[in-house]
Amino acid sequence: MLANIKEFIDEWGIDVWQSVIETFQMVGISLTISISIGLPLGVLLVLTRPTKALENKYIYQILNTIINIIRSVPFIILLFFILPFTKLIVGTSIGVQGVIVPLVVYTAPYIARLMESALLEVNKGVIEAYEAMGIKTRHIVWSVLVREARPSIVLGLTIATIGLIGATAMAGLVGAGGLGDLAYRYGHLRYEVDVMYVTVFILIVLVQGLQSLGNALAARLKKD
Amino acid sequence: MITFENISKVYGTKKQPITALDDVSLTVKKGTIFGVIGYSGAGKSTLVRIANLLERPSDGKVFIDDVDLTTLSKTKLRQKRNNIGMIFQSFNLLQTGTVYENIALPLKLTGIPKKEIKERVKKYINVVGLEDKLHAYPSQLSGGQKQRVAIARALAHEPSVLLCDEATSALDPDTTDSILNLLEQINNDFGITILLITHEMHVVQKICHEVAVMEQGKVIEQGSILNIFTEPKTETTKRFVHSLFNEQVPESILKDLKLDGKVITMSYVGDASGDPALALVSKKFDVYPSILSGRITQLKGEPYGRLVVHLKGSDEEVELSINYLKEKGILVKGYNNEVDINAS
Ligand SMILES: Nc1ncnc2c1ncn2[C@@H]1O[C@H](COP(=O)(O)OP(=O)(O)O)[C@@H](O)[C@H]1O
Ligand SMILES: [Mg+2]
Repeated sequence: MLANIKEFIDEWGIDVWQSVIETFQMVGISLTISISIGLPLGVLLVLTRPTKALENKYIYQILNTIINIIRSVPFIILLFFILPFTKLIVGTSIGVQGVIVPLVVYTAPYIARLMESALLEVNKGVIEAYEAMGIKTRHIVWSVLVREARPSIVLGLTIATIGLIGATAMAGLVGAGGLGDLAYRYGHLRYEVDVMYVTVFILIVLVQGLQSLGNALAARLKKD
Repeated sequence: MITFENISKVYGTKKQPITALDDVSLTVKKGTIFGVIGYSGAGKSTLVRIANLLERPSDGKVFIDDVDLTTLSKTKLRQKRNNIGMIFQSFNLLQTGTVYENIALPLKLTGIPKKEIKERVKKYINVVGLEDKLHAYPSQLSGGQKQRVAIARALAHEPSVLLCDEATSALDPDTTDSILNLLEQINNDFGITILLITHEMHVVQKICHEVAVMEQGKVIEQGSILNIFTEPKTETTKRFVHSLFNEQVPESILKDLKLDGKVITMSYVGDASGDPALALVSKKFDVYPSILSGRITQLKGEPYGRLVVHLKGSDEEVELSINYLKEKGILVKGYNNEVDINAS
């Protein structure tokens, strides 16, 4: 048994490690960019809603529609559909660089939606109390709305990250590598089932770990 | 001082307007506690929310300390609001913040210097008596304690006016009383003008100098607390006063009693207690008084008693007794299960 493991590591260790790094890179970079787009969009969605502080029918409807459209396209289709756009932005449509753009386009609207629902959960009375105290809207957004929503935001981001890991599995199609690609190329195409099992196992541990981490963090932030 | 001048508020669409307030004018004098009472849907919350323009009136003006809020720019209004405290039925504290943070954060966001924030938190947490809970989270506090934190948060801005939207409606009777005592103390110690709205008569009765009764978006009656208690004019006000004394006498018993003598309601203010007067009545005249129901209660500042009494005796003797009681400064009225009607 131990000998088997050693043999596997000798033969595949470097490839697996390489794939893990690639997955982490793709997830890390696109998650960071997606959050910095998605969170403000979520805030904007909440603020421009009918009857809210910056009520604006047009902005709200347009944002809403765009998000719905993108969210209804499966990632694998999106990946190819926006190839020209990707090329325009990063100059290439292959490799890790090339897959970041579609991953962000795929994830940011999802995060915006998750943020929106997290922010909508915040007790309106608290916001009203701060309005009544004469606090500026932008302070209310960051110090009340986002602060109070932190537990739900963390849970939302956990879900988004797991979704993102799933999406990176298809990154291999544009030569970006990653765990999904490894499992597909060696495990499926070349019948190296051990590689497939190990990658799937790593993915399971990754997702489980993330979810537990997210839950624990959210519980810590939630003070009730 | 708070002044509402011909305030109207219409919600809904042009086709289906909902008039929440209909030409309401009120003045809350500086340093007083003013209560607005009414049943659910009367327009109380709308009114109190107009006092800091959380809700804009469809028509009319609202003044706080002689400044017309409706004419202020957004920035000016925000600054003015620093000076108008508000507390709510649902406390509205940050769940994710400690008591300290709940009081300090709004101060920080309004640009108060750090050192001053510390001093103010310390001062006002003492006023509400929660020194030992500074680092607790709201979820670890009782309803009454949460409301105390909300009061400290409001006071920390050192407002001239405090608005209370059903601030005690979520609390049990004992806690309600302790919060009302606190509000009264704040009014006394800091001279803060308080406008409170409620659907409960005992809230108004305990601490308000003046009361307005609202119904269907209108102020239907207004006066000093004593006035409202002793001389309620409208049906609604009478019902509110009754709610406190709960002096229903079963109709069947009433019928029998009325065959022999008269059933009256006596009310008196201060220590001119009704009991000795009744004792004298039975000595001086040929009547047998028996108390059917009675209660003495604390109005803002003075005790107020009400007795429902059966005076058994001839018409003539009963009439003489009533006159005697009136001479003693007791307000005597006929008794009727629904409303008070004048005996004479
Ligand atoms: N935002 C709103 N939109 C539509 N109608 C409202 C709104 N707020 C209050 N109303 C209506 O105005 C009336 C008065 O409400 P409110 O001031 O809350 O009464 P109260 O506080 O005395 O119970 C009610 O008929 C209520 O349905
Ligand atoms: Mg109300």
